[in-house]
Amino acid sequence: MFKYVMKRLGIIVFTLILIISATFFLMKLMPGSPLANAERLSGDQQRLIEAQYGLDKPLLVQYWNYLVNALHLDFGTSFQFQGQPVSTLIAQRIGPSAQLGIQAIVFGVIAGIGLGAAAAVRRNTKTDTALSILAVLGISVPSFVVAALLQYYIGLKLDWLPIAGWEGFAYTILPTIALGLQPLAISARFIRTEMVEVMGSDYIELARAKGLSRSEIVWKHALRNSLIPLVTLIGPMAVNLMTGSIVIEQIFTIPGIGSQFVNSILTNDYPVIMGTTIVYSMMLMVVLLITDVVYGLIDPRIRLAD
Amino acid sequence: MAEQATGLTAEGFDFIPMDRAMTAEKIDRPALSFRQDAWRRLKKNKGALVSFWILIIVFLFAFLSVPYANPKTTSHQDVMQQNLPPKLPGNIPGLRGETVVDGEKIDAYADAGLPKDVYHPFGTDEFGRDLFKRVLYGTRVSLEVALIAALIDLVIGITFGMISGWMGGRVDLVMQRIIEIVSSIPNLVVFVLLILIMKPGMFSIALGIALTSWVTMARLVRADVLSAKEQDYISAARTLGSSSWWIGLKHLLPNMSSTIIVQLMFTIPSAIFFEALLSYMGLGIPVPMASLGTLLNDGQKVFQFYPYQLIIPAIVLSVIMIAFNLLGDGLRDAFDPRTRD
Repeated sequence: MFKYVMKRLGIIVFTLILIISATFFLMKLMPGSPLANAERLSGDQQRLIEAQYGLDKPLLVQYWNYLVNALHLDFGTSFQFQGQPVSTLIAQRIGPSAQLGIQAIVFGVIAGIGLGAAAAVRRNTKTDTALSILAVLGISVPSFVVAALLQYYIGLKLDWLPIAGWEGFAYTILPTIALGLQPLAISARFIRTEMVEVMGSDYIELARAKGLSRSEIVWKHALRNSLIPLVTLIGPMAVNLMTGSIVIEQIFTIPGIGSQFVNSILTNDYPVIMGTTIVYSMMLMVVLLITDVVYGLIDPRIRLAD
Repeated sequence: MAEQATGLTAEGFDFIPMDRAMTAEKIDRPALSFRQDAWRRLKKNKGALVSFWILIIVFLFAFLSVPYANPKTTSHQDVMQQNLPPKLPGNIPGLRGETVVDGEKIDAYADAGLPKDVYHPFGTDEFGRDLFKRVLYGTRVSLEVALIAALIDLVIGITFGMISGWMGGRVDLVMQRIIEIVSSIPNLVVFVLLILIMKPGMFSIALGIALTSWVTMARLVRADVLSAKEQDYISAARTLGSSSWWIGLKHLLPNMSSTIIVQLMFTIPSAIFFEALLSYMGLGIPVPMASLGTLLNDGQKVFQFYPYQLIIPAIVLSVIMIAFNLLGDGLRDAFDPRTRD
């Protein structure tokens, strides 16, 4: 296990170096100057500013400095917000993003497990059909469409919840639902299939023969065994969630790293783009590693290959 | 003695003529090819069949409407016809071209001083452009992006997967590491970087989508090749002196077609989704063009006052996504011999 984790960490570091290098050189290739109104500045002024940001050094020196600093989570200073280190900007904004992501996945997975189990127990009834339609909708309809419709119907028409902003729990409900609908649909569908299979197995038959009640069979035997493989889905779900949250943050004007990322792209703020890219990749790889390790720990049948 | 024990006598037996024996053994159900069999099973799945026809209709509408809805006609602006609600001939509730002003329903078309025979089935936008034409055009652009992306994805994914699976050994190992690395880069990051260095447009978006989605295709193809490669018909082809290229094209590819088709049914909607997502964020299709994503983005800006401008593209996008997903599920079941009935 230790060897496996070490190997994975090695791959993560290697991938990070690759991503840092790729982003660095792509940014250098990009059209457009980071200096606002570059044409109005004299040559001396331009050189002065370039020296201030270290842009006057040879490319390879810039690259090496960036790589070493980036691995220490130092991504330089933002072009747009004068003198603000990128790492501080990201640190300030990671809170709302993390909260939203965690809320969405917790809501999605728990509600999904409940609905999936309900559908499996009431197999081939109207409840089952209704839930499977809900699952197809949840998987197919993009989260930003759901978000826009929620904003219109619940926020504006019914006026139940605030439309946008980030000033308390009430403000987190609509974005959480919009973002959590896909994890909900995926886990509900998955749990239903797993449960249907488990319910037909011999040990459930035995539990029934022992005279256990239906709820005991469902909760203690069937659901528990269906839950284990769900862990493998959490990784990919987290990936989708990160992508989705970028646009959801924009729609609901949430001060998270996603909306900052989009702003930095629109304003050519290279250090912020690079920093956010690297932080996103890091989070993604760590989440994937954790889900794999957790899966190996809770299911003794799985042996992680060394 | 023996006759008594069994109760059988020679008279109890009949001679059966040769031809009758043949007909008794005959298989009288028509032999179905793999494709016919899959189609038969697909037809039983109502959701998939309906989705199939919906997609055909959407494709026909989107691609046959070129003379009617093209960049020229969709960009036609008319200040007189700004933000008109949907209106169709006939007195259909909700499609009468009415808006609510101060709690009173008024005919927005009459209010704008338009003749009686002006109709906009989906209404118009803030520049007076007909939304029906824009949705048709936008759907076409979205589908085109998705199809280009799917094609690139297909070429890269199949080539990579086949080489990796067929060569095996060290080549496979290195190629698998590459897949691991590529799949741990968030796809939005790849899009953004690609769109930043290339000019935003249909091809760069399609390429960005393909560069992130080929990994799944490559994995599936590799797994299929690994299992197919051990089978006798491949050894036979090898023994007969077929080259690796020939075996790949003539034997492996046709045998993997179902896996590939099913995977495509999931790649295309995800490409549509990402194109819409990028356009929605303002990073996608540039302005004179329109896609479902840019229409949603435009609709989002005015949804408080003119909700139909948001809801109509949202419904079109959702219907396409749902139809692809249902058809994909249906095809997966139809191609799987284990679900045969």
